[in-house]
Amino acid sequence: MFREITIGQYYPADSLLHRLDPRVKLFGTIIYLISIFVAGDIFSFAFLALFLVMIIRLSKVPFSYMVKGLRGIVLLLVIAGVFNLFMTPGQALVEFGPLTISDVGLKNAVLMTARMIFLIIGTSIMTLTTTPNQLTDGLETSLAPLTIFNVPVHEIALMMSIALRFIPILVEETDKIMKAQMARGADFESKGIVRKAKAMVPLLVPLFVSAFRRASDLALAMEARCYHGGEGRTKMKPLHYEKEDRLSYVVIISYLILLIVIRIVL
Amino acid sequence: MSLILDKVSYKYSTGTAYEVTALDNVSLEIKDGQFIGIIGHTGSGKSTLIQHLNGLLKATEGVIYYNGQDIYDKDYDLKELRTQVGMVFQYPEHQLFETTVFEDVKFGPKNQGLDDKEATLRAYEALRSVGFPEDYYDQSPFDLSGGQKRRAAIAGVLAMKPAVLILDEPTAGLDPKGRDEILGLIKKMHEKSGNTIILVSHSMEDVANYVDRIIVMNDAKVYMDGTPKEVFSQAKDLEEIGLAVPEVTYFMMELKAKGYDVDVAATTVEEAKREILKLKGINA
Repeated sequence: MFREITIGQYYPADSLLHRLDPRVKLFGTIIYLISIFVAGDIFSFAFLALFLVMIIRLSKVPFSYMVKGLRGIVLLLVIAGVFNLFMTPGQALVEFGPLTISDVGLKNAVLMTARMIFLIIGTSIMTLTTTPNQLTDGLETSLAPLTIFNVPVHEIALMMSIALRFIPILVEETDKIMKAQMARGADFESKGIVRKAKAMVPLLVPLFVSAFRRASDLALAMEARCYHGGEGRTKMKPLHYEKEDRLSYVVIISYLILLIVIRIVL
Repeated sequence: MSLILDKVSYKYSTGTAYEVTALDNVSLEIKDGQFIGIIGHTGSGKSTLIQHLNGLLKATEGVIYYNGQDIYDKDYDLKELRTQVGMVFQYPEHQLFETTVFEDVKFGPKNQGLDDKEATLRAYEALRSVGFPEDYYDQSPFDLSGGQKRRAAIAGVLAMKPAVLILDEPTAGLDPKGRDEILGLIKKMHEKSGNTIILVSHSMEDVANYVDRIIVMNDAKVYMDGTPKEVFSQAKDLEEIGLAVPEVTYFMMELKAKGYDVDVAATTVEEAKREILKLKGINA
């Protein structure tokens, strides 16, 4: 039942996007995020959508797989949409008793929902095409200059990769404990908030115990291998840019410039 | 009273790049009172198979009948099935959660709808039958040793008095003494209650010593199904799929090859002893 979660998951395939340097993808994602907030009218959104479709095609990840990731935020989308629709003051278009839909509200609701969908799909492409290890590697290298200001970049990257690595393990563990308790007659489908919370105890206690056990095992294993932080540490697969990567930077930057031009001119 | 699997197939993550067929057209009949061993390589489908028997996994295709009733029927009570078909998972000590051992063992009976008195009685019985030391009944389960935790967890399933008991690698991670104790306990329970017991194991010796029917899984299919003698007489086929026969069977095969007239189908040390003594003209 937990296998449905696709946000943050890697989808193995052989595509240009999978091959790209993680730093390019990180940079690209940031530019893409900026572009979502630059876009504000129908033309710029159309251009943005065109760019996204191109990226999706390039990634060779089935579109249906990405949409699955949206399922978890449908409720959030609906709530945000509805609130924007009814709560924004402006010239009234339609009135249902105390509820009014204003022109600004309609525009905001559509914009907001579109932005959120673009945001989720766009960022999920990065995680779908990049393994967690590559991602943290890219992050560590990109943020390396911050070490001058005593930011523990390596430690942050390590924590991130451990956290990411532990997600599937904990998901599997949850599944296993849930089944074990169901075999003992536990009921996880009962109604009512109090009963539901009570039913969680036999699941959460063993889960926390196991998470702490795994954490301490991992710490011990790292100590045993003389782990001492990032200083002087070399990499098995150091990152370096290829022709494709440089070209991608050019594409990404021209995309942002074009979008800004469209926004200003049209 | 029996469990019947009719052409059961199961696929993980259907429709994605990770799709795996874990069970492929498996048909089995498990009669009452049998002591069955399931062996097979990691990833052969053993664990998936047993999770179907109490309805934790729903077959992608096929039907399962418990006592003649289709367990996938809309009106079928899966919760009731799970109290009938008890399941001890691998490393069952990871499921302990209560403040005391006693309370944890009572969890199952309470879920069955028994009142506190009845549940307490069941817990006593179960803890005693697994030989759990009485001094530790009120200890936190997290303070116990590995072997004790395992016993407490097994008691937690036994307290529900299941008619069919499934154990997934119950001896994994235990020392030889702990292993013999747990298996001896299961054997004794089987003899006393006559319940159906299904034991999933890696160890050929464990299986040969205790069960009366072996199901060999390979590549999501049932590869062999028979008595230990029948299964272990096909050493070549077993080796082909990365399994082996008990050490003592190899020993008997060597003897035979050296020209001694012994029955190579001896699967336990006890049987081998009898065979060798017979050769010497001594009747054991």
